[in-house]
Amino acid sequence: MKVNEIISLLDAEVLCGDAFETEIGSAFGSDMMSDVLAYVNEQGLLLTGLCNPQVVRTAEMMDISCICFVRGKKPDESVVALAAEKNIMLIATKRCMYSACGELYKAGLEGN
Amino acid sequence: MEDCIKLHYVVDGQDFVSCGRASEDVKRTLKSLGISSQVIRKVAIAMYEGEVNMVIHADGGIADVGIYADRIEIVLSDKGKGIADIEKAMQEGYSTATEEIRELGFGAGMGLPNMKKYTDDMTIESELNVGTTITMRVNIV
Repeated sequence: MKVNEIISLLDAEVLCGDAFETEIGSAFGSDMMSDVLAYVNEQGLLLTGLCNPQVVRTAEMMDISCICFVRGKKPDESVVALAAEKNIMLIATKRCMYSACGELYKAGLEGN
Repeated sequence: MEDCIKLHYVVDGQDFVSCGRASEDVKRTLKSLGISSQVIRKVAIAMYEGEVNMVIHADGGIADVGIYADRIEIVLSDKGKGIADIEKAMQEGYSTATEEIRELGFGAGMGLPNMKKYTDDMTIESELNVGTTITMRVNIV
């Protein structure tokens, strides 16, 4: 599934990046970065409600190319700048974790 | 003597925002050396977990990385409070992290097990109220 499609399914706002055509093979949803580091096997999309810089650093370590913030949360400018520097795309949706994941799963984006 | 590239980092325990910079630098260095992405991923994850641990549990520490032709060695040492029960700390889900740390997205009790999972060898030496040294090796295959 392309990032473009994810943005439209979640009615998401783009915070930084322009990798709209990047193909995302799988997604993982968690507010615990420890779990992201433990369970993510494939590069893809991370959905999270956590907004601190460690979300971007975790994504960087895991080669995750796109982060979607859920529940209407948005990180501050320094986090957006860090992601831009790392070439990680950031998007934000008002949907809660459960429905955001459900929407993507229903459209064919599988879990890790 | 065996050829080796040595990297040395001081991990600031007061600075959660920049936590992970050492791991990022190692990742970048390995990439520039043309090391395979699987090996880089293992090193990056194991070292980042260790870096986070030093910041949230031990008020920072020192990270030394040695890049050899056949392996990467990471030594993380701190002067923190030590690990009371290493066997327990190696169990998935066991954590002594505070609620404050969990709010930052860490302390799920996956750090040490994860470091073991991503490395080919890991040893922990720890003494209460003296500190902890973790040595990890990732083979370059």
